[in-house]
Amino acid sequence: MIPEIGHFALIIALCLALVQTVVPILGAQTNTSQWIAVAKPAARGQFLFLVISYICLTYSFIKNDFSVLYVANNANTALPLQYKISAVWGAHEGSLLLWVLMLGIWTFAVTIFSRSLPNNMVARVIGVMGFVSAGFILFMLLTSNPFERIFPIPLEGKDLNPLLQDPGLVIHPPMLYMGYVGFSVAFAFAIAALLGGKLDSAWARWSRPWATFAWVFLTIGIALGSWWAYHELGWGGWWFWDPVENASFMPWLVGTALIHSLAVTEKRSSFKNWTVLLAILAFSLSLLGTFLVRSGVLVSVHAFATDPARGVYILMFLAIVIGGSLLLYALRAPKIKSIGQFDLVSRETALLLNNVLLLVAMFTILVGTLYPLFLDALNAGKISVGAPYFNAVFVPLMLPLVFLIGVGPFLRWKKATLGETLKKLAKIIVLGLIIGFALPYIVAGKAPILVVLGISLGGWSICTALYYLFKNVFRNDAKLSSFQRFKKIPRATYGMVVAHIGIGIFVFGVTFVSAFQEEKEVPMRIGEKIEMAGYEFGFNGVKTLQGPNYLSKQASVSVFKNNKLVATLLPEKRTYLVQQSPMTEAGIDTGFLRDVYVALGEQIDNEAWGMRLYYKPFIQWIWMGAVFMALGGLLAALDRRYRLKLKREKVAVKPIKNKQAIPATS
Amino acid sequence: MFKYLLPVILFFVLCVFLFIGLYKDPSEVPSPLIGKSVPEFSLPMLQDSSVQFSNKSFLGKVSILNVWATWCFACKQEHPALLELAKRNVAPIYGLNYKDDAAKAKLYLRDFGNPFKANAFDETGRVAIDWGVYGAPETFVIDQKGIIRYKHIGPLTLDDLNNKIQPLIQQLNNET
Repeated sequence: MIPEIGHFALIIALCLALVQTVVPILGAQTNTSQWIAVAKPAARGQFLFLVISYICLTYSFIKNDFSVLYVANNANTALPLQYKISAVWGAHEGSLLLWVLMLGIWTFAVTIFSRSLPNNMVARVIGVMGFVSAGFILFMLLTSNPFERIFPIPLEGKDLNPLLQDPGLVIHPPMLYMGYVGFSVAFAFAIAALLGGKLDSAWARWSRPWATFAWVFLTIGIALGSWWAYHELGWGGWWFWDPVENASFMPWLVGTALIHSLAVTEKRSSFKNWTVLLAILAFSLSLLGTFLVRSGVLVSVHAFATDPARGVYILMFLAIVIGGSLLLYALRAPKIKSIGQFDLVSRETALLLNNVLLLVAMFTILVGTLYPLFLDALNAGKISVGAPYFNAVFVPLMLPLVFLIGVGPFLRWKKATLGETLKKLAKIIVLGLIIGFALPYIVAGKAPILVVLGISLGGWSICTALYYLFKNVFRNDAKLSSFQRFKKIPRATYGMVVAHIGIGIFVFGVTFVSAFQEEKEVPMRIGEKIEMAGYEFGFNGVKTLQGPNYLSKQASVSVFKNNKLVATLLPEKRTYLVQQSPMTEAGIDTGFLRDVYVALGEQIDNEAWGMRLYYKPFIQWIWMGAVFMALGGLLAALDRRYRLKLKREKVAVKPIKNKQAIPATS
Repeated sequence: MFKYLLPVILFFVLCVFLFIGLYKDPSEVPSPLIGKSVPEFSLPMLQDSSVQFSNKSFLGKVSILNVWATWCFACKQEHPALLELAKRNVAPIYGLNYKDDAAKAKLYLRDFGNPFKANAFDETGRVAIDWGVYGAPETFVIDQKGIIRYKHIGPLTLDDLNNKIQPLIQQLNNET
């Protein structure tokens, strides 16, 4: 009964999504206020039924209802409760349900936080989001129904993919999806503006917090995925340039460009077309990512069930949504004038350069990811593109970008002087170089040139961010005291500073770990000790453990430094009973400055096991950097002016044709 | 006008490629070498560089050649499948250790098990070019006369073993 309610709720949600699309958009085009008024209730109703549907599927999992095919394929009576709940998004059908639920959450949020926006704008935004939702719900109902029953009912389920039975993977997909789907709001705002023919700085100000929130979720989602790969795959790596990883990274790069470009459109009324295009592109790449993951056109470590019918549907949907928006863009964009003029040396130029670098980086990844597919489609042969390509093209693009991060905030809008700015920053450049030479010596006793380059840039990014804050607090010319000024600095500025510090921390982590990590793949006898990177690893033995749904061989490895015990690591090799698949659980001693990482390999004989030992300096800084970036984004999105200005707009926005640039405040 | 239309044009070109891609299996590769003799080569063995491994080793029985490397992530994934295939003992598996570090490769085989009867060490990747290797891992099935009969790109799974490789080996064994 419960699964049928879920299925039925999904059908009602589809109907409401269609109403939510057609009626408000037509209403906005014809200025019919009764039709416009349908937008919010329809969206909220759709959300309610999505929630019901989602709860029904979760309930079926908790109750071990193996008459539901999806539950039987992805759960088991022995599966712990938290994984039963997360198993809902453990495979294709359920993760789509999560996808539309997230879209429902975002749309619901739009209905709540848009009271101050013009009604026909809101109607169009909600309508566009309804269309996307309808497309995905229809996709589920036609090709991937999570509530399908089977008969005869199996006594036991096939269990959740053991790779997914990890706390990291419980939160990684929801975060990633919140990010992916979140870009639909900025996208919907862009389409609404194109439909309405009104693209001004107010539009940019409305879209900005939404885009930033989505970016924050995506940042956390990607970081969690990388953290999970590090813990669970047992190869000590944190990024594999896998097609599915790339699929999440491309919207992130464009999203980063978007939140910077929105700043220019909001403050200077420039880059309007460009910003709209980025908003379309960010969401298009999210959809493309979904297609790549779900259709099986690419070979990846993330093997999902594939089915050409699903691929064809998603591709058609992509063609309608993305193709339609780009066509609308081509029709409307020529009429949109950007009014803000700027000189060659100005903050606008710096941000444009930032955008160009990010987009070029995205294209190199897109080409690298799809190149095998292109060649294959042309019958020109099959190839695979691996990490060497991505590292070779991606890293050189990021170096000037990190340099720009330091310069950009110090450039004035409209017109700046490069000489003056660089003179102001000369101290910081020297400081960055000192850090670049000194830190590697302290950490590893040597400073190869590439490491100096990386660390200098990381240090530069952190120091310029702090210097910017310092400059804003201790200014000579204003009447306020430093403390008053400290309090007056908008949250958005703190956000920028924190996020840019995050980039620096991230660069530190990446540079140190790639230059100074050490690894050994060795057979170890019980009682044997092996030295590496100043640590001594002693193998104490292996015991057998019984988990809720797996058997495990757990090794005990003591790690000593200067004959003092640092940690006892317990790497495991698990065999999940139902799927009979082996899994590694690495033993990791996490530290601020280094991780010591041990993974258990195969048993060689009674006394000896294969063992992988890793010393990973500064690796936690990679994720720490990501946390700072996310925190920075959060601060920026919560800036007070979005709320204050929205209140003021309630009275002001309708009568004024807001073509004038908003004067720069920060 | 054209500059505004460019994004949508590029996008539809991409769609065409994606559409064609849907009907291709990325793990199946038609090789021009199928039906031809294995290319002539002679390389030092991985375990003992004083001994040479050449194309003559493929004569007289059905055999398998697997192209692998320690730097290749997908190779690590398919390793259990290779071990399983070796355990079934249906045909000797030879390895072509591709653009690798000999010391690392030896440790790898010692730690994770060695499914290979012998390994040719192709440090520069020169021989792999003659085999038409696009990227590791790749697996070839070679018949008694030293003719390449099948090529698999990407990691082998147990399904591949059961449904493709093993039936093919049986069929080839029955041919004589």
